[in-house]
Amino acid sequence: MKKRILALLLTGVLVLGLAGCGEKEEETKAADTSTEEETADTSTEEEAADTSTEEETADTSTEEETVDFAVALVTDTGGIDDKSFNQGTWEGVERFGKDTGAEVSYAQSNSDADYIPNLSTFAEEEYDLIIAPGFLFADAISEVANNFPDQQFLIIDMVVGERANVASAVFAEEQGSFLVGVAAGQAAVDAGKDAVGFIGGGDFDLIWKFEAGFEAGVKAVNADITVLSDYVGDFVDAGKGQSIASKMYDEGAYVIYHAAGGAGNGLIKEAKDRRTNGEDVWAIGVDKDQYADGVYDGENSAILTSMMKRVDVAAYIVSEQALNGEFPGGEILAFSLSNGGVGIPEENPNLSSEIIALCADYEEKIKSEELTVPTLPERKQ
Amino acid sequence: MERFRNYLANEKNHKILIPIIAVILGFLLGNIVMLITGENPIELYKALIQAVFGVKVDNIGTGKTVFVVRKVGEYFVYVMPIVLTGLSVAFAFRTGLFNIGAEGQLLMGAFATTWLGITLDLPAIILIPIVVLGGALAGGAWGFIPGYLKAKFNVHEVVVTIMLNYTALHLTNFLMKEIPGSDSVKTAKLNENALLSSEMLRNLTSNSRFHFGFIIVIIALVIFWYIINKTTFGYELKAVGYNPNAAEYAGMKVKRNAALSMAISGAFAGLAGVVLVAGTFGYGRVLSAAEGYGFDGIAVALIGGNTAIGSLLSGLLLGSLNAAQPIMQGQGVPKAITIIISASIIVFVAMQKGISSSLKKLKGAK
Repeated sequence: MKKRILALLLTGVLVLGLAGCGEKEEETKAADTSTEEETADTSTEEEAADTSTEEETADTSTEEETVDFAVALVTDTGGIDDKSFNQGTWEGVERFGKDTGAEVSYAQSNSDADYIPNLSTFAEEEYDLIIAPGFLFADAISEVANNFPDQQFLIIDMVVGERANVASAVFAEEQGSFLVGVAAGQAAVDAGKDAVGFIGGGDFDLIWKFEAGFEAGVKAVNADITVLSDYVGDFVDAGKGQSIASKMYDEGAYVIYHAAGGAGNGLIKEAKDRRTNGEDVWAIGVDKDQYADGVYDGENSAILTSMMKRVDVAAYIVSEQALNGEFPGGEILAFSLSNGGVGIPEENPNLSSEIIALCADYEEKIKSEELTVPTLPERKQ
Repeated sequence: MERFRNYLANEKNHKILIPIIAVILGFLLGNIVMLITGENPIELYKALIQAVFGVKVDNIGTGKTVFVVRKVGEYFVYVMPIVLTGLSVAFAFRTGLFNIGAEGQLLMGAFATTWLGITLDLPAIILIPIVVLGGALAGGAWGFIPGYLKAKFNVHEVVVTIMLNYTALHLTNFLMKEIPGSDSVKTAKLNENALLSSEMLRNLTSNSRFHFGFIIVIIALVIFWYIINKTTFGYELKAVGYNPNAAEYAGMKVKRNAALSMAISGAFAGLAGVVLVAGTFGYGRVLSAAEGYGFDGIAVALIGGNTAIGSLLSGLLLGSLNAAQPIMQGQGVPKAITIIISASIIVFVAMQKGISSSLKKLKGAK
């Protein structure tokens, strides 16, 4: 009896599986025939004008069938829902797809061993623009671009030089950091405090730009404010990020700005904990508007403001350029305050209107090049 | 029909039948999940065909490129390390030891390869054997630690190997960064003479990363088979695996064998590290987390029935599922489907007693 039930179950499973396949197959077949019909249509039309071979018409008609422009994103291991870099880029690509009707697609890498195959797969499928976010992709995109010289690539936040088919998008992080530095400095002055803090992820030149801009912004408000600075060493260790933040708050920092990715979540947690306990301290978010991450009692957030790095803007703009046949191959594109590539969020519930106005003042000064923001912090100069 | 039934019912054949049935059931389950979630199961098989054979089914008859040889090369790049970690886990299993530490042993092997490949400057004919053996030895040494602790103090190898995975991850990250020329994510390139990759193989497979590591895999398969089936040592290992008490009573050195078995197991995993560094990447990497080669190895060993040929076949299977993931994503099919399939295959393999007994009943139902 048992065996019969098992047999029944198994056959049931088989039938289900097969039936499912069958249906879908018919559907695809139906789709196929419709394409063929259309092919036939176009071919008759074209035959009137020119006696072209069937093969050629087949080619052109398939190209007409698919959307005339396709963008692909290869993410690192974070995936398109990482609330950070990958997600931001995908949002830009997706918006571009919606606005223009272009085909968009993505592939998530399970490990860095997947970077080259994923990029190559899209290149073989002849996507018009292939985007990879983050400096981790530098070697992979350089190699794939070399293997597929006819494809166009965009790398975000990294410069890949000497390849005519690779555009590099970089950000003026120091400019955005300057603005949040102004906000932090003025907030500290208003509260009668004399110290603010900066927490970096990795201790290298890209992150120094954040530190340098922030420092300059704070000093622009009041040169007497101390800027504490420390580095986590990586972008993932939230525990270490929190302990550094705790130390800085204990040393009197009123606002702490982080450029430490996931490790910065430790700072935000520490700020939330302290605000819950009634302490008056703030954190500044990075890369995207982190206001929502800092909500601690259901409505109030510990995030003073955020330095937004608009990777979505970069992805969107370059896609648009490529669509218009103006792909900036081999160029280094700088995304700054001037073209909305960096900046502070439009909504800043925790900033007073005076501070917002002050930030806007400085923004204009930077845009008009009246003020140049340093890219190296004082300790490195 | 009757003969077929008897063939299915015969317990002797179950060793081969059960993995096959498990694979079929795993795919069926995956298909059912796809149907329920509104995906087309055909896409899965199209992606698999494209990943393994490089043939894009959709493009047949459209005039677009149908066959891309690069895919085939990349497929083997996926397969090579997991066959080796599979052999590692399988070897320990044969001695009744559960080596969860293949990941850590792989990392140690990868570090040794990187270090030797960067610091030594010798002709390829000398340097490649040094790099390969160095990686195997480093993995073996890392595997020897839990083996020794097991033999000397009877510490359970599962606990030690899990802990040593983390130790290896952070230790190798630290050491990789100490190698001259390293930045925060990777080391400098290995010496050209230490690399397993070759222009010839690249050109043959239109710029895939396929490399000579496949020779290491073949040699490892032969060594595995030879030790287990043709040596007294292998016989003793198997005896210890079946029943340690009986083996000890028969005068075998159970403890020494446990330590040695873990060391050899670690050496196989170390070779996987060699293949990754000297073959796939050409440089050492600083990793933020383990990459799961060790856990893939456990799956490979389980599905492959802890044999050499079985590990190869199941490595080819799981490798195809891994290689199909990005292709499926490109078609909008969640890659989690392939994870569901490989996980359910393992579950079905683990249910082998049940499958075996229901197969046996087929005979009684004449």
